[in-house]
Amino acid sequence: MADASYPDDLLYHTEHDWARLDGDTATFGVTWYAQDSLGEIVFFDPPEVGSTVTKDEPYAEVESVKAVSDVYAPLSGEIVEVNTGLGDAPEAINDDPYGEGWLVKVRLSDPSETDELMDAAAYTSSLP
Amino acid sequence: MSRYTAVTETDLKEMLAEIGVASLDELFDAQVPAGVRLGRELDLPPGLPEQDVYAHLRELAARNVSVEDELSFLGAGMYDHYVPSLIDMLMERSEFLTPYTPYQPEISQGGLQVMFEYQTAICELTALPVSNASVYEGPSAVAAAGYLAKLANGRPRFVVSAGLHPHARETLRTMAHGYGAELVEVPLRDGVTDPDAWAGAIDERTGAVFFQNPNFYGAVEDAEALAGAAKESGAVVIGSYDAITLGVLKPPGECGVDVAVGEGQPLGNRLDFGGPSFGWFAATEAYQRRMPGRIAGETRDVDGRRGFVLTLQTREQHIRREKATSNICTAQALNALGGVAYLTWLGRAGIVELGELLLARTAYARDALCALDGVEALHTQPVIREFAVRLDAPVARVLARCREQGVNPGLPLDDDGLLVAITERRTRADIDRLAETVGAAVAAEREAVGARA
Amino acid sequence: MSHNGHHLTDNELHADPGIEIHAHAGRKVRTERDTHTVFEKGAPGRRAFVCPEFDVPRRDDALPERFRRAQPPRLPELSEPEIVRHYVNLSKRNFDLDSGFYPLGSCTMKHNPRLHERVAALPGHARLHPLQDPSRAQGALELMWNLERALAEVAGLPHVSLQPSAGSHGELAGVLLTRAYHEDRGERRTKVLAPDTAHGTNPATVTMAGLEVVKVGTNDDGGVDLDDLRAKAGEDTACLMLTNPNTLGIFDSNIEEIARIVHDVGATLYYDGANLNAVMGVTRPGDMGFDIVHFNLHKTFTQPHGGGGPGSGPIAVSDRIAPYLMVPRVVRADDGSFDLSIDFPESIGRLRGFQGNYGTFVRSYAYIRSLGAEGLKDASQTAVLNANYLLARLRTLGVADKLPLAYGKLCMHEFVLSGAPMKRDLQIKTLDLAKRLLDFGFHPPTVYFPLLVDEALLVEPTETETRETLDGFADAVAEILREAQADPDIARNAPYSTPVRRLDEAAAAKRPRIRESLRDR
Repeated sequence: MADASYPDDLLYHTEHDWARLDGDTATFGVTWYAQDSLGEIVFFDPPEVGSTVTKDEPYAEVESVKAVSDVYAPLSGEIVEVNTGLGDAPEAINDDPYGEGWLVKVRLSDPSETDELMDAAAYTSSLP
Repeated sequence: MSRYTAVTETDLKEMLAEIGVASLDELFDAQVPAGVRLGRELDLPPGLPEQDVYAHLRELAARNVSVEDELSFLGAGMYDHYVPSLIDMLMERSEFLTPYTPYQPEISQGGLQVMFEYQTAICELTALPVSNASVYEGPSAVAAAGYLAKLANGRPRFVVSAGLHPHARETLRTMAHGYGAELVEVPLRDGVTDPDAWAGAIDERTGAVFFQNPNFYGAVEDAEALAGAAKESGAVVIGSYDAITLGVLKPPGECGVDVAVGEGQPLGNRLDFGGPSFGWFAATEAYQRRMPGRIAGETRDVDGRRGFVLTLQTREQHIRREKATSNICTAQALNALGGVAYLTWLGRAGIVELGELLLARTAYARDALCALDGVEALHTQPVIREFAVRLDAPVARVLARCREQGVNPGLPLDDDGLLVAITERRTRADIDRLAETVGAAVAAEREAVGARA
Repeated sequence: MSHNGHHLTDNELHADPGIEIHAHAGRKVRTERDTHTVFEKGAPGRRAFVCPEFDVPRRDDALPERFRRAQPPRLPELSEPEIVRHYVNLSKRNFDLDSGFYPLGSCTMKHNPRLHERVAALPGHARLHPLQDPSRAQGALELMWNLERALAEVAGLPHVSLQPSAGSHGELAGVLLTRAYHEDRGERRTKVLAPDTAHGTNPATVTMAGLEVVKVGTNDDGGVDLDDLRAKAGEDTACLMLTNPNTLGIFDSNIEEIARIVHDVGATLYYDGANLNAVMGVTRPGDMGFDIVHFNLHKTFTQPHGGGGPGSGPIAVSDRIAPYLMVPRVVRADDGSFDLSIDFPESIGRLRGFQGNYGTFVRSYAYIRSLGAEGLKDASQTAVLNANYLLARLRTLGVADKLPLAYGKLCMHEFVLSGAPMKRDLQIKTLDLAKRLLDFGFHPPTVYFPLLVDEALLVEPTETETRETLDGFADAVAEILREAQADPDIARNAPYSTPVRRLDEAAAAKRPRIRESLRDR
């Protein structure tokens, strides 16, 4: 994706991860800033469906040509779906980080955790 | 100024002027505190002209008994194979000898393609789909395989056959102490890993199992059975092999081995009193991204030309740092070049012919020695290139007598054992001479003991 | 493509997709487009190996069928001339140190004397079996002993092990030794401090040894931030790992204070010898207060890099660490004879097979005997002189405002420039500069390391380069910047003259192809 963008309908985590809420589930991914810092992404190994993620803890890794980065859970819950399409096309994370580049879907265990996340404006102003 | 530096008086004056300091001392005084300056000359002998260095190194060499100075049957991990002259020529070429790791792939296509070809050759030999571009040497490869297993499944125990080379076992123990794995050793029975003890030792806490094939005592192990016993537990099956036997021996990839490693010295490399050589390292697809060390991969350039690059580099120390698959910075690139060039020289037919020759000569040698009075086989398992016997006489004294005859029969083992290695350089006549010499030495020693009794 | 008025027609250009056509002085030059691996060459039945006579009976029962390989491995089938041609041609697709300037920072690409190959090839060294009885390998053991004493003198630490196979292996040994030292005193210290400028192997090594890395900050002068160090050094600190001069080419003038801080909390001080080339005969890590030093024989002591290896990483340690050193060790008896001993009950054990990379010991020993005390000091002094001269030359040519020195004014044996202003003003990155340098016949310096410096360019000329070479390199950098001023695309699309141009590394990582696909016969 050429230009930086941070959609307003998402919530953001300091470690450059986003969450899109949908009732009691949420979709997670990494932000434009994250994919831009990493460079061209070559590999993503999703966690198992059914495993738990904990807010602020890493749950997977994203690998680019030059670096590997932990992906942090913005919220806690149980993984109900993973983006298996990234196996063949990990570059979707670069091209469409908020759409086709989604990483996992999670059933939230504590929706009140969203209070600790930032909105687009707060996140953008926190960037270097 | 030495013969390797070129700063003349004129150069020095002009260079200092360009820098803006008055003297060489000033460059150091400005940066290195007085409190840590050496303040004297290094206490080393003065330098020598090339011819004197050569004479000195030659004098030291003359006090070593090499395989050219005696008929040697020493093995136990490194072997006196014939290395063809073209290997020497290639390994001395400036373009292979002097460059660094290929960080600028555009000008390193020679070295990168050699790595790619080497990886292909190792995959072929082992029947495993993934190989790296080499690690330091055999025992390090075993320890690195253990680390791979530890990172993969986190389990605390390693089950290790007593048939593993002692250096591999010891290296594994030292390294495992570092990363927190406990070793459980399984004894041999009749020269091979005791199958009941092996199965009994493997449980859900076992992260990896290790065996060697042929094992340290030369015995061919039932790799399929050993691997099969570990299947249920999910432990990583690690097999240490001798690549030169893989023309005739069933390869690890067809026996259920997950990670195969080995000492590469027999493939086109010198003895060199133990190094440098290389360790080869191959694995199943599942471990591709967990492989330690360097890996060369194929790709295209901007004009569509075929080319090679170091790939999967994010796993290596310089990017992942704390999470790296290992801390290996050095592939044994030059030694691996020797390896792949040697395998190319042997070729498809040659590796089989060589294997058959080793098999036949080793069987002949074992029969010849065991036909002697006072010599019996330590085990009667199938052997390919090395075997073990027990002497009815003190092995050290037998060896001393043999050496006087210009024969080195092999490595002494505990309890008057002897490990004898065969290569294609040991002819039938050589083996006959070995038998004769050992026979006479054992007889003489038995007589001496009898006389003393 | 055209030159001197001759235009190649489309037919001529594209006649055969496997062939490249260049126009060179008005004439066609054809080369094969794609390289072929050795597996794509040869033909069934060709061979180079001639098997020695089968002079013993064949034994059908020697190897049970179930242990036998069914299909032979699909190794290549080439005649000897084909093999030679293949690998010799491959060699010509490599740039190398004998052929040109190689200022790779942190790698010490100094000349590899051929004398060393000659002595290493002497059969008494090259064809000596590692398990030969020590009484019949006295020359080898004496060589190792002498090398150990020489390295001890250079380092200022008396006890040496030549065993580790490479620098990073020596580091691992150092951390394991530190751990053993503390465990022996009943302490379980888990933290290893390392500056944020540290080489990548440091943190990876620490993890392998079961300990944890804690980063220490760098001050504005490029040295260790003493306040940060004081805050982080404590009772659970096992060790501080440092190199001095560091990866910025800066000699940390606070080294004595650093040693005091670390020793006061009971931790050990480890010296990464990657930059030893700056200080031989000038200062010694042992005198600076270090407990453990590793050497890189393939950097400081001319062991050829071989395209990535082999190397060797001996270590020298202080008295308090000595009991834990690896075995076997070279020992000398009263009668002056040498032996290999494992009789060291507190040793951490062995870290590899046999006694280390003896072939590298022969070469490094020959180097030390060639140079002697004076020559080693001259090497370091000249290395520092050359680096400062090159830095000054670049400044004189006006390069410094686009590629400023990241820290300090002078440097030791190497220096780090930042390409950030160049990127901002000329729209070319350090990577582009490096690729364009290839077209000028130079190997580029190290790029993007240390991570602390933005768009880093780490330059280490070494002592074996002439002033003319340094001038030529500085001129090339200046010209590339001028060129970029006019047209940044030239550097961005470089190189043009190399066997291949820029390669798609992402594709190689996404769908790795790491072996040739072979057709079954």
